[in-house]
Amino acid sequence: MIAEAGLAALWLAAALALLQLGVALAGPRIGDVRAIAVPAAVAQGLLTLFAFAALITLFVRTDLSVELVAANSHSLKPFIYRFSGAWGNHEGSMLLWVTVLAVAGAALALLERRLSPATIRATLGAQATLALGFFAFLLIASNPFARLYPAPREGQGLNPLLQDPGLAFHPPTLYLGYVGLSVAFSLAVGALITRDVGPALARAMRPWVLGAWVLLTLGITAGSYWAYYELGWGGWWFWDPVENASLMPWLAATALLHSVNVLAARGGLRAWTIMLAVVAFSMSMVGTFLVRSGILTSVHSFAVDPSRGTFILGLLVLYVGGALALFAWRIGTVREGARFDLVSREGALIANNLLLTVILGTVFVGTLYPIFVEALTGEKISVGPPYFNAVSGPIVLLLALLLFVGPLLNWRIDRRPLLRRAIAPALVTLAALLATFMLAGPTSLLSRLGLSIATGLAVASILPLVGRNLRRTPLATWGMALSHLGVAVAMAGAACDSAFTRETLTAVRPGESVSVGPWTIRFAGVDPVAGPNWTAVQAHLVAVRGGTSDRFEPESRAFSDPPTETNEAAIRTYIDGQLYTVLGRQESDGRWQLRLWWKPYVTLIWLGGALIALGGALALLGRWWRERRQRVRAQEAWA
Amino acid sequence: MSRQLWLAIPLLVFGLFVAAALWRLADPPSTTVESRLVGQPLPAFTTTPIVPRKLPVSAATLRAEHQPRLVNLFASWCVPCIAEAPVLAQLQREGVRIDGIAVRDTAADLQKFLADNGDGYDRIGGDATGQAQIALGASGVPESFLIDGAGVIRYHHVGAIMPQDRADVLAEWRKLR
Repeated sequence: MIAEAGLAALWLAAALALLQLGVALAGPRIGDVRAIAVPAAVAQGLLTLFAFAALITLFVRTDLSVELVAANSHSLKPFIYRFSGAWGNHEGSMLLWVTVLAVAGAALALLERRLSPATIRATLGAQATLALGFFAFLLIASNPFARLYPAPREGQGLNPLLQDPGLAFHPPTLYLGYVGLSVAFSLAVGALITRDVGPALARAMRPWVLGAWVLLTLGITAGSYWAYYELGWGGWWFWDPVENASLMPWLAATALLHSVNVLAARGGLRAWTIMLAVVAFSMSMVGTFLVRSGILTSVHSFAVDPSRGTFILGLLVLYVGGALALFAWRIGTVREGARFDLVSREGALIANNLLLTVILGTVFVGTLYPIFVEALTGEKISVGPPYFNAVSGPIVLLLALLLFVGPLLNWRIDRRPLLRRAIAPALVTLAALLATFMLAGPTSLLSRLGLSIATGLAVASILPLVGRNLRRTPLATWGMALSHLGVAVAMAGAACDSAFTRETLTAVRPGESVSVGPWTIRFAGVDPVAGPNWTAVQAHLVAVRGGTSDRFEPESRAFSDPPTETNEAAIRTYIDGQLYTVLGRQESDGRWQLRLWWKPYVTLIWLGGALIALGGALALLGRWWRERRQRVRAQEAWA
Repeated sequence: MSRQLWLAIPLLVFGLFVAAALWRLADPPSTTVESRLVGQPLPAFTTTPIVPRKLPVSAATLRAEHQPRLVNLFASWCVPCIAEAPVLAQLQREGVRIDGIAVRDTAADLQKFLADNGDGYDRIGGDATGQAQIALGASGVPESFLIDGAGVIRYHHVGAIMPQDRADVLAEWRKLR
């Protein structure tokens, strides 16, 4: 009954999306469009929320007569993973996607009042078109509520890699981000249709971009940490196609976040901002397509199905192709914005956008290059970290250097001497560079530069706050400084990880000791342990450094349903780094393989990511607060 | 170039992407890396008797029989082999003739392994020094080779044959008959 109710709610929501599109197309001839479109959008949001709640109920109850539950759950699975299992599979995650899309559409319809009625109408029409396509995909090609008869007696488990708290948090956050960008996309399409591109559009778009970007940042940071501790490979970014699929919309959103400010404040960068808004959500859809169609091989093994891939590709052609064609056709008629000098806030933001776009292009080409090469020559190749690191590393350094002065520049034109203001961070950078040559051992120039520029950037990021009345500084400026500081912190973490990590791969007998970095680690032996649906071999390690002594118990787990083995790394964070231990296989002579890493300051990577997101959240809050106050003031003045 | 043309560049890039994606969807990639040994004649190797009442296996006997065979490299000390053993027993019941090569193993450990996990092997030979493993070009255990009646390797499976791989192996086996 619950499954059927959920399915009915989805069909009803799809019908309402059609209605919303219909009234948007009919326009003012049929009266007030908002009077029909707004309730239709809100009802879609509520109905999809109901359907999603229905799916969660089915998973929590382990209702095995539903095909999806039988294939992905198990009565022995702990409660939290039965809950998160609802979106740990293709159909469930698509339902989550559609739910977020519909709820965002409802919020857009309810809240957006700044734009002209014609643009709002076109935007709501675009949002309804997006929703319709994804409803069709869900209902025709990926029904999450399909029944199974007869019901099996036991479910087929869940990928044990996904039995992790990270899964409960990481995909929903990313989806919120991806789909939040859909609103920016609809606004851009709506504005292209009415040729109404200006500061009002930028102000309407900004909170959506900012919110989506904060969530994407959090989602990517969490995903990176999840891969780091769950896969047991000791790395934090693998340039896997699916990681790239989440990075590309983030890069586009980061560029958009900066260009939308130029449009809001100065009315400039009109065509470029519209382009980025289209590209950001397009990248989200391209990412979904790459993951779900299986045309690229990746560690993220989702149910791969070429017919589904064809369906999503059809949607991509319709939406992305349509929006890009509309852009090429219409943007020439959009008025250009105010002019500005090369040395100005606008100039710096354009440089920022160009560099981010180059990284985006690099990742896009690197991710898809294997397909192009195989299509043209039949040769199979793979593009790995060496390409991505070599190309994007130096550009990231340039971006960081740009941050030394960019945020200090005036709008339009800046005639003040540039170098005098960047002198403090520049000196700090030089001193840090000197220190890396004197103190740190042999390492690559890129990590030395990364570390020293990060140090300089930490100083530079605070400069926009220096000399201001801090109590009257807008929250958005605080947010900007915090985010830029986060970039410095994350860069420092990444540079430390690549420069100072010590790795030991070895095989030991009980009682033997090995060393990694400053640590001496004694292997006391192994014990069997068991969990609800797995058995494991647990190693006992004692790590000693100076007066510190800590126990580590990494496990090698065997899951029963489906039979899979995973490594549970034992990781401990110290003030100056992380000690990371993994138990491998037993060799034929009885010795156990151990993989040990000492990673100084590696946690800064994720701390930096969190700071970047926090800065974005502060800016969002500050803008919201300021607008509310302005509205209240305007009302008071009127009364 | 005119401004209009510049504006169409994103559309062109997207068109290229769609073309490549369509080509790939029409012709899905194979996820397995084809082994260089497939299509090659079975290299020479010998093994020694290790389990009572089971004959050892060698390249010469396999070639002389003119019968298809599944040759499985395994070991009692290998954890994935424990997961693989019931699948091999199942394959044997379905008519696949399996010979085992126990890599760097001892008789006592091996007999306990077979008693605990099932025994799907017609013959088992010991490979105390790993010479047979090296001759076959196997990188670890478990690995399996399907050999046709002419003594040519037709299929190479790296890692344990898990329940989800059974159908593939069975289909390859039926092709040889």
